[in-house]
Amino acid sequence: MTTTMTTPVGTAETDGARGRRPLGGFNRTFLRIELRRLVRNRRTVFLALVMPPMFFLIFGTPEQYRSTSAGHGNVTAYIMISMAVYGSMLATTSGGAMVSVERGLGWSRQLRLTPLSPVAYILTKVLVAMTLGLASIVVVYAVGSAAGAQADASVWVETAVVAWLGSSVFAAFGLFMGYLLPAENVMQILGPLLAVLAFAGGLFVPLTDGVFATIARFTPLYGLAELSRAPLGDAGWSLVALANLVAWAAVFVTGAAVMFGRDTARV
Amino acid sequence: MTSAHRPAALELHDLHKSYGSVHAVAGLDLVVEPGEIVAFLGPNGAGKTTTIDMVLGLARPDAGTVSVFGLSPAEAIAQGRVSAVMQSGGLLKDITVAETVELTASLFGMTGPVTDVLGRAGIASIADRKVGKCSGGQQQRLRFAMALVPEPDLLVLDEPTTGMDVEGRREFWQAIRADAARGRTVIFATHYLDEADAYADRIVLVRQGLVVADGSAAQVKNLASGRVVSATLPGAGLAALAAIPGVDRAEVRGERILLQTADSDLVARHLLTATQARDLEISSHNLEEAFLALTSDRAVDTASTAGSLR
Repeated sequence: MTTTMTTPVGTAETDGARGRRPLGGFNRTFLRIELRRLVRNRRTVFLALVMPPMFFLIFGTPEQYRSTSAGHGNVTAYIMISMAVYGSMLATTSGGAMVSVERGLGWSRQLRLTPLSPVAYILTKVLVAMTLGLASIVVVYAVGSAAGAQADASVWVETAVVAWLGSSVFAAFGLFMGYLLPAENVMQILGPLLAVLAFAGGLFVPLTDGVFATIARFTPLYGLAELSRAPLGDAGWSLVALANLVAWAAVFVTGAAVMFGRDTARV
Repeated sequence: MTSAHRPAALELHDLHKSYGSVHAVAGLDLVVEPGEIVAFLGPNGAGKTTTIDMVLGLARPDAGTVSVFGLSPAEAIAQGRVSAVMQSGGLLKDITVAETVELTASLFGMTGPVTDVLGRAGIASIADRKVGKCSGGQQQRLRFAMALVPEPDLLVLDEPTTGMDVEGRREFWQAIRADAARGRTVIFATHYLDEADAYADRIVLVRQGLVVADGSAAQVKNLASGRVVSATLPGAGLAALAAIPGVDRAEVRGERILLQTADSDLVARHLLTATQARDLEISSHNLEEAFLALTSDRAVDTASTAGSLR
């Protein structure tokens, strides 16, 4: 993000200002308005900023969780990290899935009458989604610290960074689904699906042993959940979890790229 | 923009586009010079929107070429030389009118207030209104404001007043007209004959993906509003009738002859002085009916003669 891509409106009528935009039309005004849109969407705000801390308060703060240690912190911190992953992932998915609505409204088509490059459009979408994802983590951690989550200082930072960066995979998932599903009900479909995946990935209840748990290790949220909580525990980074995240990242990014390519080629 | 040769604002050559079995645009040729205000007139399904999509690079021609100020559509869009007001859609409902224009401006690399453009489009008073709460006419003027942002040399309007009430249409055209006075080239698609008549210098009549008439509003109106001279003339030959000066089309029904013409005086004088015709009658088309006749499927032969008008 730089500040060099804007020119004053006074020069707009000169040839130079009408030429090609640096960075394909990527700019701060676009980012700012997109962020504002996301924040104005009550459903998205609820999903990303209200529900996760609420779940955390309900499930993560009984007295015995606060007094039981888990690795370098307490059980409350463990649940807080899970809820931050859940919120961040919901935020990035919602952000990515906005393309669906925009295609339905003909906005994507309108944007093709501007110098905005498709790549700059996607980049903006992902950045906006990631900003909301970060906000979700910050809110959950703030509530967590006030409600008795305890962990080493480095654990707070490391888990937040992993959860945040990892949730970018779900921005790709949101884009993929946004291009794939009809506009009217994309989040109605994705919301319940993500709840199921969150259970399967061990965000709501820890995975035990058995057939279900084995299958669950192949679902998309398992890897991100395990890796995000890894700094809290003693076991270190799990290769299985890493493989899970990388594999699903490959699937979602490829899917989004293919659908995106098909969309822009549809002239 | 001072170059020795001035390329046409728009040059379409032998343009073709099919959707499935529908040949939406079937070999369309058109040259628009800078500064012209051209109505692209035709009934629904004539291929107007498909042609406009190709001009803007939103659709790729199956065959033929599109050149906008000598550039490809994509290049012309990227440079802000052409912009468009589309028929519907293309707006985010959850942001305000001003934000929409601001966002559009940012994509063209411009920052700062957009009040000038809002004022020119006549929507400065609703700048802070959410787009979703605007009326159809207001949304259309918002699309117009967005189209003004890059100060395009060519403005394309696709059926811009569809669904507007009379007052809305009038206000919209006032804004367009005031703006076009600055020398901008304007092409607008419409299926309203009166709109084409009132606001265009030149009318291009399209039917089934082809240009069937092209000329000044007066010329095309004349063509569309031609009269029929009928008379009783036994034994008249069709070829001889068609050869009478001023006759566009001849028809024989028993002893009655029907001659379509743009100059009924000339034809009537000829019939009464040089032939044995009697019971002569002159009837004129209703303008709207004539337009329909000209653009309907029955008008194939008229089309071929009308095409040479310009």
